[in-house]
Amino acid sequence: MASTLVAAPERENYLNNEYGISSWLFTTDHKRIALLYLVTITFFFFIGGFFALLIRLELLTPEGDLVLADTYNKLFTMHGQVMIFFFLIPAVPAVLGNFLIPIMIGAKDLAFPRINLLSWYLLVIGGCFMTYTILSGGVDTGWTFYTPLSTHFLDTHVIAAALAIFIAGFSSILTGLNFIVTIHRMRAPGMTWSRLPLFVWANYATAIIQVLGTPVLAISLMLVALERIFHLGIFDPRLGGDPLLFQHLFWFYSHPAVYIMILPGMGVISEIVTCFSHKRIFGYQFMALALIAIAVLGFLVWAHHMFVAGISLYAAMVFSLLSYFVAVPSAIKVFNWTATMFKGSITYSTPMLYAFGFIGLFTMGGMTGLFVAALGIDVHVTDTYFVVAHFHYIMVGGMVMAYMGGLHFWWPKLSGRMYPENWGRLAALIIFIGFNLTFFPQFVLGWLGMPRRYWQYSPEFQVLNVLSTAGATILAVGYLLPMVYFLWSMRYGKPASDNPWGAAGLEWMISSPPTTFNFDQTPTVTWEAYNYDELQEAPVER
Amino acid sequence: MSDSTPAVVEHNPDLRHHFANMEQQTETAVMGMWVFLITEIMFFGGMFAGYVIYRHLYYSAWLEGSQRMDFWWGTINTVVLLCSSLTMALAVRATQLGHRKSTVTLLIITILFGLAFLGIKGIEYWGHIVTEHQFPGPGFRFAGPNTSQVEIFFSFYFAMTGFHALHMIIGVALVSFIAYYAWKGRYGAHYYTPVENTGLYWHFVDIVWIYLYPLFYLISHVHRK
Amino acid sequence: MLSNTFPLWPTRASTISGQVDALFIFLLMLCGLMCMAIFVAIVVFAIRYRKRPGHQATQIEGSNAVEFTWTFIPAGIFLFIFVWGAYIYFLERTPPRDSMDVYTVAKQWMWKFQHTEGQREINELHIPIGRDVRMIMTSQDVIHSFYVPAFRIKQDVLPGRYTIAWFRASKAGTYHLFCAEYCGTNHSGMIGDVVVMEPAQFQSWLNGGGPMGSLTQTGEGLFQSLGCSTCHRLDTQGRGPNLIGVFGKPVLLEDGRTITADENYVRESILSPAAKVVSGFKPIMPTFQGIVSEEELNALVAYVKSLTAQPSGAAQNPTFQGPAASKADTTRQR
Repeated sequence: MASTLVAAPERENYLNNEYGISSWLFTTDHKRIALLYLVTITFFFFIGGFFALLIRLELLTPEGDLVLADTYNKLFTMHGQVMIFFFLIPAVPAVLGNFLIPIMIGAKDLAFPRINLLSWYLLVIGGCFMTYTILSGGVDTGWTFYTPLSTHFLDTHVIAAALAIFIAGFSSILTGLNFIVTIHRMRAPGMTWSRLPLFVWANYATAIIQVLGTPVLAISLMLVALERIFHLGIFDPRLGGDPLLFQHLFWFYSHPAVYIMILPGMGVISEIVTCFSHKRIFGYQFMALALIAIAVLGFLVWAHHMFVAGISLYAAMVFSLLSYFVAVPSAIKVFNWTATMFKGSITYSTPMLYAFGFIGLFTMGGMTGLFVAALGIDVHVTDTYFVVAHFHYIMVGGMVMAYMGGLHFWWPKLSGRMYPENWGRLAALIIFIGFNLTFFPQFVLGWLGMPRRYWQYSPEFQVLNVLSTAGATILAVGYLLPMVYFLWSMRYGKPASDNPWGAAGLEWMISSPPTTFNFDQTPTVTWEAYNYDELQEAPVER
Repeated sequence: MSDSTPAVVEHNPDLRHHFANMEQQTETAVMGMWVFLITEIMFFGGMFAGYVIYRHLYYSAWLEGSQRMDFWWGTINTVVLLCSSLTMALAVRATQLGHRKSTVTLLIITILFGLAFLGIKGIEYWGHIVTEHQFPGPGFRFAGPNTSQVEIFFSFYFAMTGFHALHMIIGVALVSFIAYYAWKGRYGAHYYTPVENTGLYWHFVDIVWIYLYPLFYLISHVHRK
Repeated sequence: MLSNTFPLWPTRASTISGQVDALFIFLLMLCGLMCMAIFVAIVVFAIRYRKRPGHQATQIEGSNAVEFTWTFIPAGIFLFIFVWGAYIYFLERTPPRDSMDVYTVAKQWMWKFQHTEGQREINELHIPIGRDVRMIMTSQDVIHSFYVPAFRIKQDVLPGRYTIAWFRASKAGTYHLFCAEYCGTNHSGMIGDVVVMEPAQFQSWLNGGGPMGSLTQTGEGLFQSLGCSTCHRLDTQGRGPNLIGVFGKPVLLEDGRTITADENYVRESILSPAAKVVSGFKPIMPTFQGIVSEEELNALVAYVKSLTAQPSGAAQNPTFQGPAASKADTTRQR
């Protein structure tokens, strides 16, 4: 199996150059900050996952018999808030992006290393407020905070939750700012825009959304808090206000937010598919352009969350049409990944298995997007489990699988160790099966008419709910496995070479793990991205 | 592979290790500030959007509210801020030229203008809140029709000018820091990025006021107390 | 424990259900096809192009022709889906003219229905088969949503204004009514039944009816008792506009705008009279916010709606204006 202790003294790298807790808490090294983020978001992932498990357990029976109605409402609210703001949004950018972007462009660090550390602290402080909210009784507004329910009809910790998300939002904004400036200004000589790996393009597009969209969420939450504190009437019809204004402000950010969540994952998949097909990406320019198109168009579709909210017929039509436009670049990407595999030389490594899963499940999730974008269909399925299934297919079947794939792919680089490949493949399979069993029945439930956020439900929905809960337990096992073997590998994993996968990209030309400043000398880049024609295939490592 | 800077060349003590040269560092820092200001535009933008919508719906209430603004204090404040932007811009120029004393003086005058703005704002708020009971909430009082709509006007007034004032306070603190370090001789022709960036921030906060002023104070020429 | 039925398709009980289902089935087939295509491609490529000795990857940069093909064909298909979906939505949001009105007040956590004939129901809605029914809905507190899966319709119910949903039931039976917008503790308990009856049965159910009299009668009673008739007289002498024939027509306002007098306009005029003042009148009407309940508002709206123009004669101006613009020469009171 793996060797335990390395006999010869280890080379100096970013992990062993300094020891002690201050060397972590006051680091400005982007690689260490990435690991700080990894710990933080993993913690929140399991909290959000725990809430999900309780939700699914309650839904085993039609009656509300496990928890109180109010408790259930808090569970789904906080599941959404924790998963979205403290896991999905930071995950790929703050863990993988932070670690890899400087290396991929040939730089020694991000443009603003201290702001990078500040970003992490902001996430942690926001997380503290979130934890406080959870421990002191929770919040039950739904993650969408609709008014006037959240402003005038609930007495739970709404402001604490809003503050938690507000602060986490600034973490996101600063990360986006850092990435934009870094990618513009810190590229090594010869690293032109058209030579950038698509992972960098993906995080760049994401950063644009983070920078432009998140402040609007900040002000929306701020106004909710002010309305609660000062009994204002901006969103209260009894005082002349308009509850729909809140929805517009909220969704103006929250729709682009889903692209913040998925675009980095798409970047990861481009890296994995090329490496394990040993082929350049099919249609590089279209892929890069598609990322930017999704980011831009994503700002124009927000009111497709409001088709039955009371907006005008004509507004609804405009937003439906635009929603179909934003589907086109996503479709292009799926086709291009598939085409990349054509005539490749394919390895079934764990990251590649996750990539297969991503492409399949993202396609399903994306196609169901066509359903909900159709006005006539959406009237029936909005606010039902159909929508819940749709976004979980993209977020969990898509994004979380991409994140897991990326973690496995770059694990040798981050840690200098290989994870156990067979366990990796097993976990990927379990996750795939568990995921589909959990969420596919929910499409049927939604079509049948089961509304979302229901603590108790009509008995004819039970069979499908039981299937869904069964899937959730399998999924939980699938997610726990990597926790265990990644930790195991840090001590007992086989030491990794610089390029165990035979992959293209600057990160694979430096040591695993990298030295503190990444490069001994700033590289000059003369080759295109995904130059697999020049690269040797990796020897089959087990 | 080419090297960045040979070890022999003496580099600027302010050059941070992950940058190849001062030019890259300066351009990066300035770009960072611009991107940050764009996020600020989006932050205020949400409130501007809400303002525009309600003004369209409740125009007469907006008119009423605007007529209860103190036109003279608002105008004086606008002049004060414009002057402060002038002194700030001159301070940046002075730093670029290496004139330490002028830099510090101009920065201090900028701070004084900023404090004057905040003081006047305080006077206005006192009038609105304490004297006229125009702070939204249970204590809001307005004689005339459309009370709740006028209350929404005042909600936007306090929210927008309040956030603006918060940004002014941060700005004054920033300029104070910069003034202190300028006095210590930290900046000069070789390194003035922090001054330049603070200047950008200050100008931005000024521009936000330039929009707030007509939107709240100038809806109608007829003003009454 | 387990229900005896394990349905996989929701019942179709309205005239729009079939249309919605048709688009859904089309999408199912389209998506099934696409997903199959991608899955098969991945599996085939993964096996056929697996790494093995003697096999090398072929580096392919791309193909503009292929890219444009799979950009424009999907775009075309998406456009087709959009038009189809928009058409159904247009039908769903355009209630027919002679619909039977049912006023709905949603509140945490129940549905209150008022039939124009006077019946009141809570959490149960009786309607006849084959009749266009128009739900005129408002909320007393937070946002709710009126959802009948069998009818394939859903409409959020907002505080402070009316929203409309309409349907025509096509199959007798009892169908679920769910609240579909999270509204607090008992959101999942805010459910009920829609009972669709044959016309004869519905008639007899109606006749069993409300002791209060019709909604319009209730409204007329309120119109008198709240003092509305003092200013809104049936001639042109009142301080307020004559309301006969107003409903559904354009109204010229003091600030120059022209709006249509619909349910929301009447409601707003009662609760925030100064918001839209009719041209030629002064903003002297007091507000009735806090004085009338949602149900009473519904009755008043129904009453104003019933004030169709008398054949004998009140002003039949196509655009309703104040008396200053009409032929009457009454001097206005201050």
